Amino acid sequence: MRYERPQTIEDAAALLAGPEAKSFVLAGGTDLLVRMQNDAFEADLIVDIKAIDGMDAIAETDDGFVIGAAVPCAALAEHASLTAAWPGVVEGANLIGSTQVQGRCTMVGNLCNASPAADSVPALVAADARVRIVGPAGRREASVLEIPTGPGKTSLAKGEVIEALVLPKRAAGSGDAYLRFIPRTEMDIAVVGVGVNLTVDEAGTVTSARVALGAVAATVLLVQEAADALVGSTLDDAALQALAAACSAAATPIDDKRGTVAFRKHVAGVLARRAAQAAYDRAGGK
Amino acid sequence: MSLDTTLQDKAFKSVGTRPTRPDGVDKVTGRARYGADFNMPGQLVARVLRSPHAHARIKSIDTSKAEALKGVKAVITSADLPDLSNGDEGLFATLDNCMARDTAKYDGHAVAAVAAIDEKTATAAMKLIEVDYEILPHVVDVDAAMAPDAPLLYDTVFTSGIEPAPTTPSNVANRAELGHGDVEAGFAAADVTVERSYKTEQTHQGYIEPHACVASCNPDGTAELWVCTQGHFVYRQKCAELLGLEVSKLRVTSSEIGGGFGGKTHVWAEPVALALSRKANRPVKLVMSREEVFRASGPTSATSIDVKIGATRDGRITAASATLRYTNGPYADMWAELGAMTAFACYDLEHVKTVGYEVLVNRPKVAAYRAPSAPMAAFAVESAVDELAAKIGMDAVEFRIKNAASEGTRSSYGPVYGPIGIGPTLQAAKDHPHMNAPLGPNQGRGMACGFWFNFGGQTCSDLNINADGTVTLAVGTVDVGGSRASLSLVAAEELGIDYQDVKAVIADTATLGYNDMTDGSRGTFSSSMATISAARNAIQIMRERAATMWDIPVEDVYWEDGHAHAAGQNHGNRAPLSVKEIAAEAGNTGGPIAGHSELVADGAGVSFATHICDIEVDPETGSSRVVRYTVIQDAGKAVHPSYVEGQYQGGATQGIGWALNEEYIYGADGRLQNPGFLDYRIPVCSDLPMIDTQILEIPNPNHPYGVRGVGETSIVPPLAAVANAVSNAVGVRMSHIPISPPRILAALADAQDG
Amino acid sequence: MSSIAVSTTINGDDVEYLCQPDETLLDVLRNRLGLTGAKEGCGTGDCGACSVVVDGRLVCSCLVLGAEAEGRSIETIEGMADGSELHPLQRQFIEHAALQCGICTPGFLVAAKALLEQNPNPTETEIRFWLAGNLCRCTGYDKIVRAVQAAAAEMRGEPA
Repeated sequence: MRYERPQTIEDAAALLAGPEAKSFVLAGGTDLLVRMQNDAFEADLIVDIKAIDGMDAIAETDDGFVIGAAVPCAALAEHASLTAAWPGVVEGANLIGSTQVQGRCTMVGNLCNASPAADSVPALVAADARVRIVGPAGRREASVLEIPTGPGKTSLAKGEVIEALVLPKRAAGSGDAYLRFIPRTEMDIAVVGVGVNLTVDEAGTVTSARVALGAVAATVLLVQEAADALVGSTLDDAALQALAAACSAAATPIDDKRGTVAFRKHVAGVLARRAAQAAYDRAGGK
Repeated sequence: MSLDTTLQDKAFKSVGTRPTRPDGVDKVTGRARYGADFNMPGQLVARVLRSPHAHARIKSIDTSKAEALKGVKAVITSADLPDLSNGDEGLFATLDNCMARDTAKYDGHAVAAVAAIDEKTATAAMKLIEVDYEILPHVVDVDAAMAPDAPLLYDTVFTSGIEPAPTTPSNVANRAELGHGDVEAGFAAADVTVERSYKTEQTHQGYIEPHACVASCNPDGTAELWVCTQGHFVYRQKCAELLGLEVSKLRVTSSEIGGGFGGKTHVWAEPVALALSRKANRPVKLVMSREEVFRASGPTSATSIDVKIGATRDGRITAASATLRYTNGPYADMWAELGAMTAFACYDLEHVKTVGYEVLVNRPKVAAYRAPSAPMAAFAVESAVDELAAKIGMDAVEFRIKNAASEGTRSSYGPVYGPIGIGPTLQAAKDHPHMNAPLGPNQGRGMACGFWFNFGGQTCSDLNINADGTVTLAVGTVDVGGSRASLSLVAAEELGIDYQDVKAVIADTATLGYNDMTDGSRGTFSSSMATISAARNAIQIMRERAATMWDIPVEDVYWEDGHAHAAGQNHGNRAPLSVKEIAAEAGNTGGPIAGHSELVADGAGVSFATHICDIEVDPETGSSRVVRYTVIQDAGKAVHPSYVEGQYQGGATQGIGWALNEEYIYGADGRLQNPGFLDYRIPVCSDLPMIDTQILEIPNPNHPYGVRGVGETSIVPPLAAVANAVSNAVGVRMSHIPISPPRILAALADAQDG
Repeated sequence: MSSIAVSTTINGDDVEYLCQPDETLLDVLRNRLGLTGAKEGCGTGDCGACSVVVDGRLVCSCLVLGAEAEGRSIETIEGMADGSELHPLQRQFIEHAALQCGICTPGFLVAAKALLEQNPNPTETEIRFWLAGNLCRCTGYDKIVRAVQAAAAEMRGEPA
């Protein structure tokens, strides 16, 4: 196994496009190093992207926020304007692992690890975040929703590496929130996760919404019916009930060591209501 | 040794204070050496190959490719650990568990091991070992294992303890029955009865330090073992028996131990490391991974328990019975019997009967876990007691007070109690502000009692008076939670010197006589008894030396406040001689001064506790949080109250984790699904409130200072206390531990449907 | 697989070592540098016993490669005391009996120090959530939280 620390993203992509069959990007390493503990794990090449300029930077641009692929999640909460604009995205990212893990883990890593339960992903999908990808064929952009294709699988081609996440500019009257269910108060993988992002008008009517569910399907789900339940409402009980029903219906979870089908479907609805309320309050709805 | 009643009114000078511990600085600076922190010259690294199958015949093992790998120095299988058990079934079980012989009996069962120059090579070699398995049907659930058509672990097991003996084999190794009176008559006299079945899932001790050892066998038959253990003398004995070594030639040093809770009372890796070292003729270091700890060490039993209790309308229990089925893993032990013994120990019962079944399953060999087997039995019984109290409209605490055992009660497991603490802990609970504090929305309060026997056992210690008058205390019970501080306090108390002048160390097996291990809450109880005895022996010698120094008869010398005093008018106004002054003259008065003690610490003194728990449940998600928790327990005499509180808090927290989230989860393939701290969910800091403690001191009549063991009882009540609290919060009786969010939601849904 | 040469700073000292590309920082500290104060409780970042600080951020050293330490600054439990003067957290842990077996103690101390450096006056809840990645099986956390509170008060110069 080789360890490489390229200085440019193009070099990183070139390394990843090389002949090695099993190549891995190392940013925070909080998933990769856990996998490396397994006796069955084999790697030919590890490409550490942290020496690349800008990888650890958060920039506020005309597009919104550009967050480097190696920005540790702990740094997100330290960024005041990011936290003000996208509190749900930040709270989702800050729920990944412990304080120690926060010091290393990244949202891009969380996305590319492609766990259905990834805590930062539902809020990113709800935010309609995009990623900037560099690969052998040059640069391209994709929506976050397009990246995970199944547990542990992504749509990235060999040699492709994500350079940054882009969160759009915020319209006035917008708010987002992420809630997850775990058995303990910390240190667990989400049993259900819900990200809600919405915008309200001056009357408090929801004008647009995106609702995403984690840990209830093979990949994150963007639930259009759930968004439809919110749009046009002032988040009255009927809208919240419709939202909950839509989320429970959309969830296609499995029974596993972390939860049951019935539990996950039910709790998806409960958390959707609560997350929608939090997002609505943040958006200034009343 | 019996309670020194002259001490009843004496104000203790050292005992009962809270000085800093002697090993504190080492442990806060990272200098303390635990199992994996030790190395030897030329040391190899070991890895153990484990069965991926729950149950499989080992048809053959081909180690040739592993042996051929460069850097590999030894590969062993069960052939390298020949059977020397000579008909000792327990020893054979230990051997078979250390290294599977013809059959792998659980996921994680060791089947081979390698020692190589580094971990990478050892791992590569391990992957080159080829095992040909024939997969056999398996069973992991306790009730499924008892079904008539269950896959059998052995066709040679015919349940013992049944007359006439069964003619067909089963997975039930033994049936044990305890009790007295006539329960049928008792139930007939009841106005109200409660009958319910309970289940608890398997948990692990969850010590943060994985098992680790360094073994070094020499060609001359001598060997050394550095190991994290709760009992290095016991490990020496077991390893010597398993490997055919002379006990005197195996020197075992206990490292600092990073938690044990019963899980480091059994050998697993150590005989394997010694066998590898013997074959490689080099020191071998073996450190388990966390996954190995979960798959192959510990755990406790999973259980299925039926309880029936009857009472009169005025609140007197007329009869109680329980049937307890405990998994043992693949090897028969007496876990259910222990549960059957403890189940009703808190109560004064005229008619009581408990039956325990030891059930063999394809799970790891059950190991002791803090008051082993008692928490599950207490969960079932204390849940039923709560339900019964509610049914007759009586307060849960009052009902228990009315039926509590007291001095003179014949216990449900046989002996008649001396002075005990169950009544006082209940009374303290009743009077505790927690019991009457208001509850918030969605909150429930539960309480429960618990019992543990405690143990004394063989103990040996040396107390050396050094030339400068300071004292070195060598004990053979491993310090798992601050006992060196407690024992130093006891030595200081007895000698009448400052705590700071005593330094307690844990001696290795070559430098002190045999000691049983630190289990059964015996560490401080038994070693303090031995320390008192050794100190009194040293005082006797110091009196003799003072007599020599003064040239007066020893009868005229008495000991008080750390000094030899000359008695009577004949000896004028001699200034008392301090330990320091006597020690300084030792070379001229007969040589070094030391006190020794060898004893069996009988009369450990049973221990009782009552816990109170408040829980808040989110009725929409089944999420629960402990919002307030109080432990009330009898310590006999708290030697170092901070560490007594620590035992109470730690045991309660382990019990809370067991009650709410911890469990072994097996797949349909019999493989453990959650062998890690991510999905084996022990309580984290943010899960808990402060744990309040109240120490009661009802002196143990069998200890000079009245000390009782305190380590284990605190884990007994929490399962029931939590279950009662959740049941009260949600209005549905929770009978399956852990009471996880999905189980709470399912119970709520059932209640709505029903 | 050939070794990688790494130059780094550990507890203020320049340190150089060779490590394998897949070797964790924890293994480097323990096996190559003799710094065994960081403990391996799980190897997967779930217990916090191997906590160290890298460039000012609290991390699990089992989830960092040794090779990644190049050019960085690492603080371990061995560097916490100032010579013979214990850090207030170390002293308060001893005085509050905040350790029983002590295996988790180095990780808790390193983590608590990182907390107090960024938040000198944390609430009990803040302490509990910050330390949620440090598992302790002995104490029930009660005395650990109290020791951190006491050290924080001492470091703020408040009377005990």
